[in-house]
Amino acid sequence: MNLFASESEVLAPLMSGWFLEHAWLIPVVPAIAFALIILVGKRLPMKGSELGVLSMFSSLVLAAGAGYQWIQRTNSATEEQFVEPVIKSWSWWQSGGFNFGIGQHIDGLSVLVLIVVAFISTLVQIYSLEYLRGDRRYTHFFAALTLFSGGMLTMVLADNMILFLLGWEIMGLCSFMLIGHWWEDDANSKAALKAFFTVRTGDAGLLVGITMLYFSANDWTQEHLGVSGFSIRGISAWALSGEPNSTVITIAAVALFIACIGKSGQFPLHTWLPDAMAGPTPVSSLLHSSTMVVAGVYLVARLYPVFFVGLDILGSGGNLIMVIGAITIVISAALAFVQNDIKRVLAYSTVSQLGYMMLGLGAGAWMPAVFHIFTHAFFKACLFLGAGSISHSASHHSFDMKRDMGGLRKVMPITFVTWIISTLALCGVFPFSGFFSKDEIIDNVGHNGYTNFMIIGLIGAFMTAAYMTRATYLTFFGEPRGASAGQMVHDSHDLHDTHATHDTHATHVADDSHDSGEAHGPHESGLLITVPLMILSVLALGSGFLNATPFGESWERMKLWVEPRHSEFAPELHHAPFMWSKASLSLVIVFAGIAVSWLISSRLFTKRDPRLVGLTQRVKLLGLGHKFLVNKYYLDALYEKVIVRSIAYPIASAAYWFNQNILDGILHGLANSTRKLSGWVYKNIDQRVVDGTVNNSATFTKSVGAAAQPTQSGKVSQYGALLFSAAAVAALVLVIINT
Amino acid sequence: MNMLQENNWLLSVGTFLPMVGVVLMMLMPKAQDQSVKLVALVTSIATLAVGIYTAFKFDFNQAEKMQFVANEKWISVIKSSYFIGVDGISLPLYLLSMVITLLVVIYSLDHVPSPGKPKAFFSLLLVLQTGMAGTFIAQDLILFFVFFELVLLPMFFMIGVWGGEQRQYASIKFFLYTMFGSALMLIAFLALFFKTGAESFSIPYLIENGGSIAKNVQIWIFAGMFVGFAVKVPMFPFHTWLPDAHTQAPTQGSVILAAILLKLGTYGFVRIALPILPIAAREWAPYIGGLAVIGIIYGALGCLAQTDMKRLIAFSSVAHMGFVMLGISTLTSFGINAAMFGMVAHGLITGMLFFVAGSVKERYHTLEISKLGGMLTQMPHLGWIFGFCTMASLGLPGLAGFWGEFPAILSAYSPAAGLNESVFRVFMVIAALGTVLAAAYLLWLYQRIAFGTPKNAAHDGHSNHDELHDVTVYEWVAWTPLLIAILVLGIVPNLLFKVLDPAVQVTLSAFGG
Repeated sequence: MNLFASESEVLAPLMSGWFLEHAWLIPVVPAIAFALIILVGKRLPMKGSELGVLSMFSSLVLAAGAGYQWIQRTNSATEEQFVEPVIKSWSWWQSGGFNFGIGQHIDGLSVLVLIVVAFISTLVQIYSLEYLRGDRRYTHFFAALTLFSGGMLTMVLADNMILFLLGWEIMGLCSFMLIGHWWEDDANSKAALKAFFTVRTGDAGLLVGITMLYFSANDWTQEHLGVSGFSIRGISAWALSGEPNSTVITIAAVALFIACIGKSGQFPLHTWLPDAMAGPTPVSSLLHSSTMVVAGVYLVARLYPVFFVGLDILGSGGNLIMVIGAITIVISAALAFVQNDIKRVLAYSTVSQLGYMMLGLGAGAWMPAVFHIFTHAFFKACLFLGAGSISHSASHHSFDMKRDMGGLRKVMPITFVTWIISTLALCGVFPFSGFFSKDEIIDNVGHNGYTNFMIIGLIGAFMTAAYMTRATYLTFFGEPRGASAGQMVHDSHDLHDTHATHDTHATHVADDSHDSGEAHGPHESGLLITVPLMILSVLALGSGFLNATPFGESWERMKLWVEPRHSEFAPELHHAPFMWSKASLSLVIVFAGIAVSWLISSRLFTKRDPRLVGLTQRVKLLGLGHKFLVNKYYLDALYEKVIVRSIAYPIASAAYWFNQNILDGILHGLANSTRKLSGWVYKNIDQRVVDGTVNNSATFTKSVGAAAQPTQSGKVSQYGALLFSAAAVAALVLVIINT
Repeated sequence: MNMLQENNWLLSVGTFLPMVGVVLMMLMPKAQDQSVKLVALVTSIATLAVGIYTAFKFDFNQAEKMQFVANEKWISVIKSSYFIGVDGISLPLYLLSMVITLLVVIYSLDHVPSPGKPKAFFSLLLVLQTGMAGTFIAQDLILFFVFFELVLLPMFFMIGVWGGEQRQYASIKFFLYTMFGSALMLIAFLALFFKTGAESFSIPYLIENGGSIAKNVQIWIFAGMFVGFAVKVPMFPFHTWLPDAHTQAPTQGSVILAAILLKLGTYGFVRIALPILPIAAREWAPYIGGLAVIGIIYGALGCLAQTDMKRLIAFSSVAHMGFVMLGISTLTSFGINAAMFGMVAHGLITGMLFFVAGSVKERYHTLEISKLGGMLTQMPHLGWIFGFCTMASLGLPGLAGFWGEFPAILSAYSPAAGLNESVFRVFMVIAALGTVLAAAYLLWLYQRIAFGTPKNAAHDGHSNHDELHDVTVYEWVAWTPLLIAILVLGIVPNLLFKVLDPAVQVTLSAFGG
């Protein structure tokens, strides 16, 4: 190791270290833990949860070590030097001249996401110790959560697309298992099915994209880099080499992006994500807000050169990624206004924030988008865990803000403060972390010449501030309602509407046992819940300073560590210079959003202002708009009632009808006509013609016999013998059966 | 072709050992069910032991060569000989047939289907095993044909005697359909024999000389083989015997049918049709590929329309074998490796699914999906096993199914030289969409059967809660090897690819790669 790399050297030797070289251990630990939990988890004192927490903590330590050494590595490089990723690859299997590898690709991006995933996973597992205590499938829950982390970590550090796909699909499986964790409820199992199926629809694009890239890139990568066309590094370099056929790379990029649309809940495949809130809250917090759903964004960031070239990023007039991202920002933010379920507000908010990341990537703002993955993970995980804390301790397992919440700031001070910090971060208020990432995205979109998209980003910022203020008001301010007011309803089933019953069943039993003796009224949650909240809120506040552009170059640490520089594997990008004038404009917009929403919320929900109450019933246009939103733009209806239903029922039935009536009909027809024909042959030919002939003309028979002689005595008689032996076996079998 | 002749008694012993068991059972008095079972068990264990010893002696560094070759005079008048051997292509299937038979025997110890008669049942199982193993080792077309047909009879009786309500119809349909294919196949074999100078039925000989047959003659000969093998696979539109046979067959019959019998067809393509008739194969490939992707989509749609769990799994075989045939139709070693892997994986996974279906039927007395539900609550182990197989069947990476499916899709992007790339790329996209449908029908099935709360409608009237026991010891013993194999092959696919690859390369040398 070279500890005195100086800037005077043109090519300083890069530092490496044990953690970087052995980063592949990070997903291996949870994978082993998963197997152990499945095998022996139930017999352990904490029913396997200790293995889960321990493995996640170990992964976090390994990831943090890798992060530290990566920072050393970048520091050991000169300003002009490309910081080589630490790539290791082993052969996994070979077939027909194809070589499939398994290995790690460690660079700034993967280290960053590894740390985020390991970190949030650890906190969420600790939180779950309390939140799911006494759950009937406690062990399974931790097993699935651990396997998920293993899958995601595998995907993040994969050095090739096959391994990437492996991790990607394992996450999908875990998502299915965890959304459907309480599968006794029909709604939960339907949501699980919908999530897996929608994402899988997009995955067809991933299969096609990987295939196309492999066959297009393989020759080039073998020749220039000595790696296969599955290698992420190889594909990246190939994409930028000027070699690729523009049609092929465009189609491949679109195919891959379809997979990202499915996984990251982008329009028009976002509909599964809000329904996925049927899973336990820790799952929503880990999988469906901070980590798994950013996999699509990560894929775009990881194979950025492919998208950069294939979709003409930085070209004039925008591209597919930007358009999808921009549409997603606005339509999902609008949906967040009509939700009563606090988790659904957060789900739509997640969709909208993922839209920002996509918009940023599409507009060439790679670094801000990646930074937004980082900051968003903390504050959104914190918000979800906060919602879980409320339902766990205050609203009696309800997530309905209008019915069972309100005024909770007094009884849940810790949850309240952490929620407010995270909300401000989400809204992008200075100096909370969201400001440094989201505002940078908007700023760079404008800087790269996409003024219209920048305006959409600002509109989205206004909407974000407004719907979060509405949710915050309904939850923490005003008068307590329903369960939060301590109104104990013994039969909780009557209390909740259909889509809010998720967390009731299983935790209900648990809660009754561990809360016994206490009053059932709203109270603050225990330390296992509040400590993760506090840690996350500190990061929601502080993590933005890792790349605080307003304070100048020296504060842009993240850019230094994560952004590839002078690389042949990444396109050169420029950054918008930070200007307070532009930032203050977006801050004004955010504050306007907060203020307007606060005024309307307080008048509507507390003072019951007659001018506002029932407005949607009185004004027809507003009513229609409201209905349109409540029905989620009728996209679910389109997918479920039209597309899925038509494939599952009429089309499948038609195919089956074809099978039973046409194909089998032909068969039966053939069989019948053969039978008739043979009857006719027997009656007319055998009995009349042949017999007649035989009787009348001995000479004819003789000549026929003579003609048949050579064949009969030759090979055909052998076949006759074979058929005879087959018949003998058949006779034998009949004898056996009848004894 | 290079051949290794050491230990050439091994294959004959492995193949015909089950017949010894059959003879022993014949000699036993009818009433001694326990000793019949014991003989069957011991025989199948001994058979597998011989199989494992064969694998142990197999030289994996020369997997492309025929090994343990024996070549004795047989029916010299038609120049057919008792010519056997295994290489990397046949060894996995040869072993798979032994493993599956043993597991089926173990399962049957506790589950002889109605109307009983264990002596006949186990005898048929063992005869079946001889036929299957023989097909995979035969290196002579007549020998191949005899074994190929030998398989037919036990299965016919198994469906016809131990089957469900419509067993008569299903068994006759199965028998006649396959016979029809076999007849055309035999004609093709004979034509091949005469066209190569009526010298020999030996496959290596025909591979050497088959390529010189005129193109249009090759195409017709291939057509005959195509029908014979396609019925067995089964490929669309020759598949309609399959759902009936599977639905009516007893569990054991379905498992063997899915795990091994369907592979006889695809194996025939790889071993006989492609290498002997390379020119015709190239002409036929686009049509085979087309029928394969139709089968993928059509099978999936058929699945979505089913109301019976077992029939659904049967239709899923049509879709899965579509992936296998797509891989074969690319005529590349990569595609055929994928197909061979897919055959083994499908055998393990779908065999397992039929086991689960059999156990569901035994416990709930119905396979109507609408009457099932909440399996995870009532029988958590069975529910989890079922979930595992579902995930494997829909091609989740990390489990065996994926390595047959994804490489087959991958191979279609770049078929062998001379095939139309754009046509195969269209096939690739359709096949990729087929994976979406696979997820749809399998998860939907799983959701309806395993999730939710138990529906006890099927149990109204009699309180047979005792019957709803979770997985029994016999079932565990029979299933665990399959479950482990699905997982291990999923994580270490090279176990199989390493054996297949060299042999497939040699097989495809007629195509120049």
